[in-house]
Amino acid sequence: MNGSVFRTMATYLEFIQQNEERDGVRFSWNVWPSSRLEATRMVVPLACLLTPLKERPDLPPVQYEPVLCSRPTCKAILNPLCQVDYRAKLWACNFCFQRNQFPPAYTGISEVNQPAELMPQFSTIEYVLQRGAQSPLIFLYVVDTCLEEDDLQALKESLQMSLSLLPPDALVGLITFGRMVQVHELSCEGISKSYVFRGTKDLTAKQIQDMLGLTKPAVPMQQARPGPPQEHPFVSSRFLQPVHKIDMNLTDLLGELQRDPWPVTQGKRPLRSTGVALSIAVGLLEGTFPNTGARIMLFTGGPPTQGPGMVVGDELKVPIRSWHDIEKDNARFMKKATKHYEMLANRTATNGHCIDIYACALDQTGLLEMKCCANLTGGHMVMGDSFNTSLFKQTFQRIFSKDFNGDFRMAFGATLEVKTSRELKVAGAIGPCVSLNVKGPCVSENELGVGGTNQWKICGLDPTSTLGIYFEVVNQHNAPVPQGGRGAIQFVTQYQHSSTQRRIRVTTIARNWADAQSQLRHIEAAFDQEAAAVLMARLGVFRAESEEGPDVLRWLDRQLIRLCQKFGQYNKEDPTSFRLSDSFSLYPQFMFHLRRSPFLQVFNNSPDESSYYRHHFARQDLTQSLIMIQPILYSYSFHGPPEPVLLDSSSILADRILLMDTFFQIVIYLGETIAQWRKAGYQDMPEYENFKHLLQAPLDDAQEILQARFPMPRYINTEHGGSQARFLLSKVNPSQTHNNLYAWGQETGAPILTDDVSLQVFMDHLKKLAVSSAC
Amino acid sequence: MSQQGYVATPAYSQSQPGIGLSSPHYGHYGDPSHAGSAPGMMKPAGPLGAAAPGGMLPQGPSPPGPHQFGQSGAHAQGHPPQRFTGPPPVNSAAPVNSAAPSYAPYSPSAQSSYPSPASTSSVTQLGNQFNAMHINSYANYGLQMAGGQLAYPGGFPGGPAQMAGPPQLQKKLDPDSIPSPIQVIENDRATRGGQIYATNTRGQVPPLVTTDCVIQDQGNASPRYIRCTTYCFPCTSDMAKQAQIPLAAIIKPFATIPSNETPLYLVNHGENGPVRCNRCKAYMCPFMQFIEGGRRYQCGFCNCVNDVPPFYFQHLDHIGRRLDHYEKPELSLGSYEYVATLDYCRKNKPPNPPAFIFMIDVSYSNIKNGLVKLICEELKTVLEKLPKEEQEETSAIRVGFITYNKVLHFFNVKSNLAQPQMMVVTDVGEVFVPLLDGFLVNYQESQSVIHNLLDQIPEMFADSNENETVFAPVIQAGMEALKAADCAGKLFIFHSSLPTAEAPGKLRNRDDKKLINTDKEKILFQPQTNVYDSLAKDCVAHGCCVTLFLFPSQYVDVASLGLVPQLTGGTLYKYNNFQMHMDSQQFLNDLRNDIEKKIGFDAIMRVRTSTGFRATDFFGGIFMNNTTDVEMAAIDCDKAVTVEFKHDDKLGEDSGALIQCAVLYTTIGGQRRLRIHNLSLNCSSQLADLYKSCETDALINFFAKSAFKAVLHQPLKVIREILVNQTAHMLACYRKNCASPSAASQLILPDSMKVLPVYMNCLLKNCVLLSRPEISTDERAYQRQLVMTMGVADSQLFFYPQLLPIHTLDVKSTTLPAAIRCSESRLSEEGIFLLANGLNMFLWLGVSSPPELVQGIFNVPSFAHVNTDMTLLPEVGNPYSQTLRMIMSIIQQKRPYSMKLTIVKQREQPEMVFRQFLVEDKGLYGGSSYVDFLCCVHKEICQLLN
Repeated sequence: MNGSVFRTMATYLEFIQQNEERDGVRFSWNVWPSSRLEATRMVVPLACLLTPLKERPDLPPVQYEPVLCSRPTCKAILNPLCQVDYRAKLWACNFCFQRNQFPPAYTGISEVNQPAELMPQFSTIEYVLQRGAQSPLIFLYVVDTCLEEDDLQALKESLQMSLSLLPPDALVGLITFGRMVQVHELSCEGISKSYVFRGTKDLTAKQIQDMLGLTKPAVPMQQARPGPPQEHPFVSSRFLQPVHKIDMNLTDLLGELQRDPWPVTQGKRPLRSTGVALSIAVGLLEGTFPNTGARIMLFTGGPPTQGPGMVVGDELKVPIRSWHDIEKDNARFMKKATKHYEMLANRTATNGHCIDIYACALDQTGLLEMKCCANLTGGHMVMGDSFNTSLFKQTFQRIFSKDFNGDFRMAFGATLEVKTSRELKVAGAIGPCVSLNVKGPCVSENELGVGGTNQWKICGLDPTSTLGIYFEVVNQHNAPVPQGGRGAIQFVTQYQHSSTQRRIRVTTIARNWADAQSQLRHIEAAFDQEAAAVLMARLGVFRAESEEGPDVLRWLDRQLIRLCQKFGQYNKEDPTSFRLSDSFSLYPQFMFHLRRSPFLQVFNNSPDESSYYRHHFARQDLTQSLIMIQPILYSYSFHGPPEPVLLDSSSILADRILLMDTFFQIVIYLGETIAQWRKAGYQDMPEYENFKHLLQAPLDDAQEILQARFPMPRYINTEHGGSQARFLLSKVNPSQTHNNLYAWGQETGAPILTDDVSLQVFMDHLKKLAVSSAC
Repeated sequence: MSQQGYVATPAYSQSQPGIGLSSPHYGHYGDPSHAGSAPGMMKPAGPLGAAAPGGMLPQGPSPPGPHQFGQSGAHAQGHPPQRFTGPPPVNSAAPVNSAAPSYAPYSPSAQSSYPSPASTSSVTQLGNQFNAMHINSYANYGLQMAGGQLAYPGGFPGGPAQMAGPPQLQKKLDPDSIPSPIQVIENDRATRGGQIYATNTRGQVPPLVTTDCVIQDQGNASPRYIRCTTYCFPCTSDMAKQAQIPLAAIIKPFATIPSNETPLYLVNHGENGPVRCNRCKAYMCPFMQFIEGGRRYQCGFCNCVNDVPPFYFQHLDHIGRRLDHYEKPELSLGSYEYVATLDYCRKNKPPNPPAFIFMIDVSYSNIKNGLVKLICEELKTVLEKLPKEEQEETSAIRVGFITYNKVLHFFNVKSNLAQPQMMVVTDVGEVFVPLLDGFLVNYQESQSVIHNLLDQIPEMFADSNENETVFAPVIQAGMEALKAADCAGKLFIFHSSLPTAEAPGKLRNRDDKKLINTDKEKILFQPQTNVYDSLAKDCVAHGCCVTLFLFPSQYVDVASLGLVPQLTGGTLYKYNNFQMHMDSQQFLNDLRNDIEKKIGFDAIMRVRTSTGFRATDFFGGIFMNNTTDVEMAAIDCDKAVTVEFKHDDKLGEDSGALIQCAVLYTTIGGQRRLRIHNLSLNCSSQLADLYKSCETDALINFFAKSAFKAVLHQPLKVIREILVNQTAHMLACYRKNCASPSAASQLILPDSMKVLPVYMNCLLKNCVLLSRPEISTDERAYQRQLVMTMGVADSQLFFYPQLLPIHTLDVKSTTLPAAIRCSESRLSEEGIFLLANGLNMFLWLGVSSPPELVQGIFNVPSFAHVNTDMTLLPEVGNPYSQTLRMIMSIIQQKRPYSMKLTIVKQREQPEMVFRQFLVEDKGLYGGSSYVDFLCCVHKEICQLLN
């Protein structure tokens, strides 16, 4: 039995991995319970993590358009799961069973001459659409000038550098702001020209466009009637110009950019009109290039202090809101500001543009209020201490990194449509998306995340952008899905590729239905606890945005207990008897760390930090998400090769070097002895070269992570007793604390000064509750 | 002078009026008597007579007329009035009259000069002409006119009915027999020109504005700074009411002082600041009386006794004067300046130097006609000449640039920029200043960037076809910029169209000829919206002066656009249908002159008076938030404020009436100063004294300003009636109370007001008060505004233009030829005449102009070859050309506006325009002739006397 389970496990792990690699999809359950009731009893919802644009070097796009099911309410795309009658040149839709004629171009098909989309290995396939105008990518820089001289200089250099990274035909624009907002005209010779707006006045899109002279073509009389209409927007937008034409100009312009000249008196914050600047950026693109791939890139070095969207007043003696203020309902500007940015975010999403926020400051910058701008539009959010750090510089550079084809790793204006076979409905999605409010037959009444639709807009996405998509089983308990059937789901992502092509990526997957009563083991074995943990975490974080923290924790706990009750093996009221199968064994631990994570705990985090962490959590893929939930700890010592160790205080030993990756931070921690050795300079002595290598090994590994990660993590190199060691100490399971240290009485590990419960206590408690019949 | 009477009368009697007062000078008067000539001519030639062929009337010395003029009714011609007391015969002798013994001396000469016979004869004539009038011989002058009613001589058919007099009259009143402004001017020149006029005597009447003399400050402000309607106030308000002579002063606190006069001394008391009366806050001045051995002083204004501050103590000499009397300007001079302390500064901070902001309308038409290019080119030169303090090497004034059409473009011209930066502000609804640093710069430091910018501006907008403009936001922007820079300053706006773009201050074309001559006509002079009024208020509050150069090609609503310039002490220049080749010189001269002129910023003026009267009304480029503080964003050397006084108690003959005008302002170098002008006037309980001390030029200035102000609220007809009535009333009062008894038909004018009727007629005929179909609403609004800030000299020239014969030029002389009266009858076909009124200059060529003259001036062989399409005379290297051009430049020199030269050929169409300036003639479209008006006034007087 054990063996077979193990084999099954192995098989499932492979299966899961294969599926992920091929389709970018990870389901919480890989065998689906066949009725609604059973599905509910599984506690963890039927859901998946979808990475729509997962990089597939082995998947060249096909240069034709997909074949659609002819039923107007279905329009599913021909896929390997469809039944095909080669003779009659018919195919049956596997979602609605409509029989469809192949289009004329397919007349030559046969069993041996299949189009790619019918081959099983093309469960994911990408089409390049030939129709539609290609418009260049647009990058609109929105730059805060209320920065310290160093910061501004660094930022200017980064921006200048970025010009060389942009596609040459991309359009670029520049808006700067401080007390006022300046929209720079880029095509001027001999004089630099900008349009200036007051930073305190909220303007409608119409007003902005009027004021920028965008409503009326500049030369109406010469505009020949028959002229190519597509040409026009390019010409008329003086504010967005092809990089290759104006890069010299813009480089100079950036070079001459001065700090905001308005005096800031002692005890005041500079007046920073972030709200109006963003509003103008949004209005500018809205008027000139709606529904074209565009990034608004906001670089800010402090909180908005005036006008719509202000987050804090300019009096320095009044600090920016904290979680404490928010709980006490003491954050004066928060609601209004949030509303302003939400309005902007929604408009931006409607236009198909995305907003990136690069906030570099030691104090908060208002990410809490502005987060929706990045969250709803698929933009990036980067938080750092200064623009003059490698964290920012490299992160920013990485935006423009290219894939194996030399294409930018960014896509725009995507819509994701999810089609399901009849037994399923779509309950919602969680990720960097907004609802398109399309109510189809496969849309559930119950919402999980952003629901009520089966289509979402993702204005900006990259190969790692990942959405959690939640489903609901439709069939009632008394009419379950017949055994042996398979449920199918099709994900259709239409987007603008960075090469400006319109593309459609289609992923069609199927899973077996199983009767939960008779085949619970199957279902259990097909549980993907990693995916489940992330999907549950997303739900929790999603709730945390609108609910009180403790409520969310309680909800998570209850779910966990129920899951353990359902799938644990135990004797009633006997906690010691409690066991979980391998496919569930790690899940409680994930939940334990999740409860402690900054995604759900606001203690010790500013509102901005919480927003920042949650932003990334809601869009990273499974691997990264897991790291965020439960950081990875590697140990380096003379006792053997580097190895992962428990994220536990007991892992902190004097003769070890630890490397912790929390996604946001990379911490290298030298144990007490190691630190002493290094202090003594052994590494410089030829005879202790191995020590030198030991010191070097984690650095190399860290470097590797730093190279690949977006955004670039904070890199912390510390040692026993170092103040920065807190980053490590706050993450590890506090198995030894000042309370129990002497009880354990061992020298292993480092005590953590905390009242938090340890994993051990947590598990004990969990077992107790799971086996209790009380709940 | 005795007077010459006008006309007729024999000798002009002397009017000795004026004379009386200043004794010393008067001596000169006497000379004039050139009377002789006059008589012959019928018009008494003035002393200067020489010159004028035509008729100049002799004028008496301007000074005050005698009182008693009594002549009534007739048409007299009198001349300088005099009081003639006695019967006719007396005449000459009479002059002396009662009034002033002092005059006596002069009179003789006068008399002699005018042979009595002559006078007689003239009298006669008049007599004939009007029957009734006879001048009585007053020798004196009185100008007697025809009997009250004259019918108006045929010549002026159109005369207003009212004027028509009773039957008595004769046919035509000989124009030479009525008082001639030219004669008056020439007489004054002859008697007082070239002399030193010392201001040591209270109540003395200064030389006329047209007379050149050297003024020496000996305790009263120079007449260049202050002129009064009368230098002798009536003691009681009853008397004032009786005479109805306005009591007013025309103050030009920054008047230009010729180089041969001493500039103002600057007094610096360091941190102590100026010494002031504790009660009324009057500044230390010659009117303060030191007592108690110098420890205290009594204020001449409020009589409060103050302690002398310790730092200021000085012992007194045996006559009670401080030992340092002559060392301290504030003790011995009428005008001087104080360095102001921080208490006198905004926010108690020393002011920043002012700034000039140039704001150019770059809408389509201005680009198209080359104006923008012209301005930009010119700025490059003219900015080199920004005004600076004498001791400074470079100007402290900073400059900034804005262009606009329906949006505003600010320019950053910071010296370290490689190229200028343009910042567009499109939010015209709520204008703000988009930059702080780099907008206002030192010209020298940023010269290359500025030149770069000025080169680029015309190019930059070359493709623009924006026709709409804004206006109020432009001013707002300039003001905000000054506010942001925390300094006062001046905006130079170059604008050309009605601001119709959607923005505050948007205007519509509301020009409506149908309103003319209705009660609603006043609307045309009122601003269309109150936006400009509140904008002006803001500007004044922030020391922002607005000077507007307008280049209209159609209606632009000057009444609205001009409001801010007017209320902020700026200047409005208007160039109708600007054409590059014709008008650029005029414009460039104005621009240069305006930039370079002496100016003070962020000024507050306070006029303090001794007890018994006070300043009640103010006219000029000013803004008043309360009844006493006259606020001026700026005031320059050409701007005058007219102040009206009223009694609130009795005035004493002994103490006189004292006026102290203090102007607190910021210099172009950014120094805060006080400029003080003191003037002492006499008081008298004799009406005759009052009439003797009047100054007609000042009266006209006052009447013009008060009438032009009233235009906003009252129908023009009413205003004209009031003016006529008041004129008649003043003269009737004189006749009744001061003149000796005479026939009712005789018109008797006080010597000091001999030319009041002609000037008053000019005022009444001005297009502001009398609409004419060919004069646009904008032009009327423009002239109305101009007059509101004019000083006495400018208003005199404006209402009675200078007309010089050119064909009789003595090319060897450097003096101006004698002027002639502004009447067509004085022109001749063989002549060439130059006419100037301060705004326009005409060169009129008779059809038979001497060819050598034409050749000399135009370098063309004949009259027919003269091209009238020129605004500058060619530089021809012969004496005619040189002399004429020199004359033109002399005329131009002292005038605030560059006059546009128009060449007019006799009997060609453009002559119509020229004719309007022949102000003694009946207007083409209404407006009576001088003779008719005189008759009309006479009639009114007669009625009043009855």
